[in-house]
Amino acid sequence: MSKQITLTIDGKQVTVPAGTYVADAAKMSGIDVPVFCHHPKLEPVGMCRMCLVEIGRPMRDRSTGEYVMENGGPKIQFMPKLETACTNKVEEGMVILTESAKAMNGQKGTVEFLLTSHPLDCPVCDKGGECPLQNLTMAHGPGKSRFIYDEKLHLDKMVPLGELIYLDRERCIQCARCVRFQDEIAGDSVIGFDDRGRSMQIVSLSDPGFDSVFSGNTSDICPVGALTTADFRFGARPWELEAQASICTQCPVGCNTTLNTRREAKAGGNIVVKRVMPRQNEEVNEIWLCDKGRFAYHYAEGKTRLTKPQVRKDKKLARASWDAATKLAAEKFTQAKKNFVVLASGRLSNEDLFNLKTLSDHSKGKAYLYSHMGGGELTSLVGVGEGTNFADMGKGTAIVIVASNLYEEAPIWYLRVKQAAERGATLIVLNPRETKLDKYADHVVRYDYGDEVKSVQDFSKKSKISDAFTKASNAVILYGSEGLGVGGSASLATACAKLLKDTDHIGKPNNGLIGVWGRANDQGAWEMGFQVEADLTKAFKGKTVYIVGADPVGDDPKLAKALEGAEFVAVQDVMETATTGIAHVVLPAQAFTEREGTFTSGERRVQRFYQAVPVTGEAKPDFGITSQIARNMGVILEGTSVSAVFDILVESVKSFEGLNYAKLAEVRAQWPIVGRSDLYYGGTTYENTQGMGVHLSTAAMRGEKLSIPRVQKEASPRPKENELLAVPVTKLYDRGTTVAPAELLDQRVGELNISLHPDAAQEMGVEAGQTVNVSFNGVSGEAAVKFDATVPVGVALIPRSMGIAIREPVAVRMKYVA
Amino acid sequence: MEHILLRHRDIPDLNNIDVYQKNGGFAAFKNAVTKMKPNEVTDVVKNSGLRGRGGAGFPTGLKWSFIDNKNWPHYVVANADESEPGTFKDREIMEGNPFQFLEGLALASYAVGATVAYVYLRGEFWQLGAFLDEKIAELEVAGYLGDNLFGTEYSLKIYTHLGAGAYICGEETALLESLEGKRGQPRNRPPFPPSFGLYGKPTIINNVETFANVPMILAKGADWYKSIGTTDSAGVKIFSLSGRIRKPGNYELPFGTTFRELIYTHGGGVQDSRKVKAIMPAGASSSLITVDDEKILDTPMDYATVRTLGADLGSASVIVLDDTVSMDWLVNKTVHFFKHESCGKCTPCREGTYWMSHLTERIHGGEGSRADVDLLLNVAKQMQGTCLCALGEFSTMAVVTGIERFKKDFDKAVKA
Amino acid sequence: MSLAKKYPKEVKQILSKYPPEGKRSAVMPLLFLAQREEGYINKPAMQEIADILDITETDVAAIVGFYTLYHDKKAGKYRMQVCTDLPCALRGADKFMDDLCDNLDVKVGETTEDGFLTLEGVMCLAACDRAPMFQTQGPDGIKYHENMTIDKTLELVRTLKNAIGQGS
Ligand SMILES: Cc1cc2nc3c(=O)[nH]c(=O)nc-3n(C[C@H](O)[C@H](O)[C@H](O)COP(=O)(O)O)c2cc1C
Ligand code: SF4
Ligand code: FES
Repeated sequence: MSKQITLTIDGKQVTVPAGTYVADAAKMSGIDVPVFCHHPKLEPVGMCRMCLVEIGRPMRDRSTGEYVMENGGPKIQFMPKLETACTNKVEEGMVILTESAKAMNGQKGTVEFLLTSHPLDCPVCDKGGECPLQNLTMAHGPGKSRFIYDEKLHLDKMVPLGELIYLDRERCIQCARCVRFQDEIAGDSVIGFDDRGRSMQIVSLSDPGFDSVFSGNTSDICPVGALTTADFRFGARPWELEAQASICTQCPVGCNTTLNTRREAKAGGNIVVKRVMPRQNEEVNEIWLCDKGRFAYHYAEGKTRLTKPQVRKDKKLARASWDAATKLAAEKFTQAKKNFVVLASGRLSNEDLFNLKTLSDHSKGKAYLYSHMGGGELTSLVGVGEGTNFADMGKGTAIVIVASNLYEEAPIWYLRVKQAAERGATLIVLNPRETKLDKYADHVVRYDYGDEVKSVQDFSKKSKISDAFTKASNAVILYGSEGLGVGGSASLATACAKLLKDTDHIGKPNNGLIGVWGRANDQGAWEMGFQVEADLTKAFKGKTVYIVGADPVGDDPKLAKALEGAEFVAVQDVMETATTGIAHVVLPAQAFTEREGTFTSGERRVQRFYQAVPVTGEAKPDFGITSQIARNMGVILEGTSVSAVFDILVESVKSFEGLNYAKLAEVRAQWPIVGRSDLYYGGTTYENTQGMGVHLSTAAMRGEKLSIPRVQKEASPRPKENELLAVPVTKLYDRGTTVAPAELLDQRVGELNISLHPDAAQEMGVEAGQTVNVSFNGVSGEAAVKFDATVPVGVALIPRSMGIAIREPVAVRMKYVA
Repeated sequence: MEHILLRHRDIPDLNNIDVYQKNGGFAAFKNAVTKMKPNEVTDVVKNSGLRGRGGAGFPTGLKWSFIDNKNWPHYVVANADESEPGTFKDREIMEGNPFQFLEGLALASYAVGATVAYVYLRGEFWQLGAFLDEKIAELEVAGYLGDNLFGTEYSLKIYTHLGAGAYICGEETALLESLEGKRGQPRNRPPFPPSFGLYGKPTIINNVETFANVPMILAKGADWYKSIGTTDSAGVKIFSLSGRIRKPGNYELPFGTTFRELIYTHGGGVQDSRKVKAIMPAGASSSLITVDDEKILDTPMDYATVRTLGADLGSASVIVLDDTVSMDWLVNKTVHFFKHESCGKCTPCREGTYWMSHLTERIHGGEGSRADVDLLLNVAKQMQGTCLCALGEFSTMAVVTGIERFKKDFDKAVKA
Repeated sequence: MSLAKKYPKEVKQILSKYPPEGKRSAVMPLLFLAQREEGYINKPAMQEIADILDITETDVAAIVGFYTLYHDKKAGKYRMQVCTDLPCALRGADKFMDDLCDNLDVKVGETTEDGFLTLEGVMCLAACDRAPMFQTQGPDGIKYHENMTIDKTLELVRTLKNAIGQGS
């Protein structure tokens, strides 16, 4: 534990760790010093001068260094000037006065200065009701302005910094929290101050404007109504909103969120989600969210929601009762016997997946996870250990990222890994092309697409890098699927697991393997025993298929074709998809906002989400639908109480042993303290009151004997002359089912591009922006060419979920199409 | 008396390297590098009583001794930003006697173990920057800069760096930010530059004039230097004399010289033989010294004594104001300067200078009221003691002392 | 125009002044270089400087915005920047500025009809003993002109114009 310091704040004796700033020490002891520029996550700058306090220090005798005593205690010497509580660190014996007449006078003066150019348009301001400036003006402000109103600066009020974030120049108080967040935390310095003095204004010159996937956070920490999101501005007043805890479903990080809801006239009087806000979990997302998580929630309210069960009659889908629909499904599933296949995605909850897996086991059928990535049985075996927390990683920890572009695939992990590196962790990035994390890495390894396994196996040879890894007290590996399909990523996972085991980096906190999955609950599916299948076309042939939360038909023409050859197709989803279009039975499921459940994050933390809005139509929770079908098959599965499903799950899935809903809802004290009445301190992030989740155990931690399979080296495709190696890569904003309905993100999603090295493109005679046709294995598509010098020559990057179904690296021919 | 700093006024072509060498140039540096330990150089400077000439008057040798020897590399930076209205002495030193300044910079670098030094010039000194580059190149050719100087382990490089129009970059931490390629906004202190300076490394920053003193101190000894000036303020100072004066210009005089001698003996008296009404001894940042009594002109100019007049000597940029100058006009000028130069980082300065400029504009424009004057005084006082750096504080000096000491001028402006 | 292509030597020399961890320091000299010809810094130039220094274009723009000697908009071929600060004003700078406006037929901040000269007022230039004075900012860099009169100023304008072949 760090050294503790005892000081007195407003007469109260407090003990805090050495190095704490006075403003934070006060906060820890329940005293609110007003701040604007200070934010506990940012470096202190002392620029707003709101936190002026009187600071006294014990006097020391110059010659002896001893305290000068007075009335039985050290004599305290106060500085003639007020000082900023946010930049002064605590010292033993300090005496702080935050509410003396002198301090109050200084604070009052600052508020008055701030208001000289502020429009005071609180009644029409989005921040009204949760605005620190408004609150502090009430508490410390002068009753009436002495600044002549007509002389106020009148500035632009709706300046788009990009299409997601708007700036009100009149309301900005130049605290630079947003600029500093982008520089220090996000590492994207894409907003800054133009000009100086009173003319200082926030600007962004990036293309697109405010080009950062973390931009929404600035609206949370902006202490006034200067930065608002395009999504929420003029959307509602904060005090009309209800708040419900949830978990972001966009990626495997599992950020804790709060869904703010309100009854909405535009939605026919229904209660809808008005915004997604971060909810503090210092072990997962701290107090941040990425923009995808914040803005892409609209899909659940999309027009294409399924509201009623349907059954195909005379080639057309017709509405049916739940009873009829589930009976039909049950009948077909029973008939199928071993030919029963479940295909489910990581969009489902643990409980949903558990029921599905149980049902498939009963039929002795197959349960496949719909994913482009393998290796999940290894993450269950070797890591990461319970108690893992990126916040604890620094000197002594090695972090390896292989075949993943974290900024695009799991933005909050990117943030946390970057910070760990900045704290001294040894960051090793292995990727075939440049990624944003390279800048923070101690070692960057560039391998050729196809050599990912080799690049990990090279750690067994002696080198500076392998040394750094082996000798580290703790080591984690995050592996992904950049340029890889199911087989390749599974091999990679095996190589990583072996390395971790050989170097004894398993079975402990902050050690082990993390999969950078495509979906929020892929890890949960692995825990339930789902498997992935590289070639689903074979898996469908002549089978009875139960597809839940996935759209293979929309994703891949080949899969669409394959499903034509299936015996029977039942589809259960939240929305109409191309796959529901070919189904024999369609079963409407509730969106995650309409029900309860749990997800397992990539770090294998199980977290609860809660119902925030009423159910749409006749939709039911996935686990309930499965249970109803099962009952019609004579199989009893819990279908009413989600926590009861969880309790049953816990009995049969070892890694869940000992867990229950109550445990998942526990919260621990967290620093910084956010979301209390003093919103100026942490921002509008919600305090966590509904659960921080619990880590699953690993086989390694349970002390089980581990057998790691031999690494299967995939034969990577070799392009012939006139061919390129096309590889799939992940893009944050893609056309996936959960993103596409959010129109706000259209510009960020953009068009399908194939990225080529300019030299390679020139050799083919293609210019940037021109259209090419690619074809492989019967798939073909057109896309515009984008030049990217970070792409190796001879390789074409094809983003997933953008229109061309690419599941594996493959040799392609590319033709120029005018 | 012979000049110590403005020696080019006595010796023609002193900015020629041969001439400078012939007149003892670089002997002190060579002696130090070959025969003295770095801390011995610092000790001599400490003993000489030399105080910084950039404004704050901080003891130079003491500052050098604060350099953090646990953290390397070290840097030395010359503050050649010279932007205080009324100050134009560093420019003359660098134009006329550049080698003495550079030798001082080299000595300081040796004393604190820096192998790279920067001269941060205000961007307007564009031509001067090019001129210094030539002089530095000549020193490299002559073997006074470069690797393994005089056959020792010690190496030194000096580079110039141009600012681009920002008074605040004279403030040492803003200067460092600017030199690092950032917006010139001051840092919080502590930590101070000797422990956390350029690129986060221990750094010594001194004014050009401060450095220019060092070679002569090393050559002639601390005692010699201490014998000049007063006990409080040792040595000589260049007074930049401007305003309503017949012969404006730089005058190098011992500390303790009276205002009268500067203004009448050297400056040729007030223009049109008018009366001195007030003096700003430290440029636009000064408090206004009221010269309602002739005797005030007999005050000796050193740091301690000037303070008894309710003002600071600062950089000794003496602006003379006669009875044609009305203080509402003057305050309007200074406030506009500070409003223009406020970096915008901290609230009281950014908003306060903006607010004050509205008030001074109205008052000077004849549209103000008594209440405006009271408010102006109140706003200035509200700023005092709350700003992040001294600029904000500076902006209030003329305002507060102007209103308090020249009430009549404001009464007239308000009535008119 | 690419700085790296047009001024390779200068760019290299500028970068050599600073340690690798202080590469960003080169932003100010590079901006002066970029401003040399057109008298202002355009977006592509900012982008190029950002790329050279591994910072963002916004970072570069924030520097341009902070310092008064950088301009992001085109003005006259020369900027004539008259010091009207306190010490110069005490020696007649305000009057000198007024007279200049009359003679050049512009207001402060405006550019002459022929696009040659933009007249601006600036803060103290450290030449207080030689007022009235101004500096010119133009293709030949920044130059001081001290102890000026209206006649001397008009003469200077003629010389500058002749030098670039714009004389009448
Ligand atoms: C607003 C402001 C402007 C300043 N301008 C200058 C300047 O132009 N030149 C200078 O040498 N010091 C200036 N200083 C003082 C420097 O911060 C610093 O004290 C000085 O460079 C230290 O050198 P010295 O000890 O040799 O005086 C300024 C200080 C402030 C607060
Ligand atoms: S006092 Fe003025 S110049 Fe200094 S930090 Fe504050 S705003 Fe900037
Ligand atoms: S100065 Fe302390 S909170 Fe801004």
